Amino acid sequence: MSALPSSTLIALSDASVAYGAVQAVRNATMRVAKGEFIAIVGANGSGKTSLLRLLHGVVAHTGSREVPRPSGVQAMVFQRPFLLRLSVWNNIRIALWLAQRDTATALRDERAEQALGRVGLAALRHRPARSLSGGEQQRLALARGWAVRPDILFLDEPTASLDPSAKKDVEALLADFAADGMTLVMSTHNLGQAKRLASRVVYMDEGRIDIDLPTADFFGSATPGRAGLFLKGELSWSIEV
Amino acid sequence: MPPHERLVTSVVPESFATAFRLIVHADPALVRTVALSLAVSGSACLCAAAFGLASGAWLAVARFPGQRVVLLALDTLLALPSVVAGLAVYLLLSRSGPLGSWGILFTPAAMVIAQTILVLPVVTALSRQVVADALRDGGDQLRSMGAGAAASAALMLLHERWAVATLMLIAFGRAIAEVGAVMIVGGNIDGVTRVMTTTIALETSKGDLPLALALGIVLLLVIALLNVGIALFRRGNGPLAIELR
Repeated sequence: MSALPSSTLIALSDASVAYGAVQAVRNATMRVAKGEFIAIVGANGSGKTSLLRLLHGVVAHTGSREVPRPSGVQAMVFQRPFLLRLSVWNNIRIALWLAQRDTATALRDERAEQALGRVGLAALRHRPARSLSGGEQQRLALARGWAVRPDILFLDEPTASLDPSAKKDVEALLADFAADGMTLVMSTHNLGQAKRLASRVVYMDEGRIDIDLPTADFFGSATPGRAGLFLKGELSWSIEV
Repeated sequence: MPPHERLVTSVVPESFATAFRLIVHADPALVRTVALSLAVSGSACLCAAAFGLASGAWLAVARFPGQRVVLLALDTLLALPSVVAGLAVYLLLSRSGPLGSWGILFTPAAMVIAQTILVLPVVTALSRQVVADALRDGGDQLRSMGAGAAASAALMLLHERWAVATLMLIAFGRAIAEVGAVMIVGGNIDGVTRVMTTTIALETSKGDLPLALALGIVLLLVIALLNVGIALFRRGNGPLAIELR
């Protein structure tokens, strides 16, 4: 196997994911480099979330998934964030405790403070996390992800269930994270969001990576094949079975 | 007047009146019996919680050969008859039994052991279900955050603490209302191992209805209080639903 560039955080080679008889990801080969913001787009059932989970390493797969720096921290924000029935503050502290058990408690608390300040939830620190609005819960999930200083933050349709105002807040935070140099990989249905935020777009079609291009090229006029049809809205949002 | 009519028109009202007097005046025998019942069943639930919550949470996250058989056995033990639990503990603790040297048969300690065995399957099976359901909802998120099996199980018990409190109340209700196990291993000795249910059985058989009725009323009150507690826990936003900070 050829040596990976030093900026590589994750490299997939011919990797596949199957859930029983369903092949969710087929022979994926791609690389995630430090500082990138990758948007994974495609129709429903095309394998976006499975590719995200494959990259994150939380799903069984065949083929190769290389992480040159295995000690690095990764975090994931889900479409519907799972928050423990605890206060906002304790949700952040538990995430930090799980990711950084060797770090001193005072330092973890300091990072938790910073994270809540970053997403504008410091004033709600004592509120039960599950009593927050949908947008606030997603911001808390982002804070939880950001707090652990991940090498890569994975985002599974992070604004899919939010109203326009909350969506705007979350997008602003993601843009901030990217500007700070954090590596982000996000699955999304929202092409406008991919165009606004991502530096690179991966188009999934029936479990395969069909197109992998810089954002400007992907949204250019010459996008080929089914991805071009998808961009024009002429391809169904869901895969016909 | 036929006996059954006299029972309805005279004995029952008199017994109720006497029963209320016993309760209102905190009759020492009544108080002693109620206190022993609460102590035995409370201790049994604490023991069952210590083993049952941990093993239930572990069963929710563990994968091992024969797990289905274990879960089937656990579900079967949910309906364990109290007399069978009592008989098993009696055989263990009787003079010729393997634990006969402990010399605790016909003591409250034996009753605690019997009730622990009775409610342990309840605590284990229900806590396993609670943790498994919670993991279906948030297991991926916890794994993504770096939680191993043990940490996930412990966090889900914390996350579902109201459901855990509810299942412990259910276990306490089963313990305090049973009569077979404590009768067999306690021997129903006055002032030593006589609890509410065994006293009710004894006094009713002797025809002494007031004390039996008084204890029956107290037992119903305890169970009613448990139900109120369960309802408050289930609401999750009641006075007991304090948020951990």
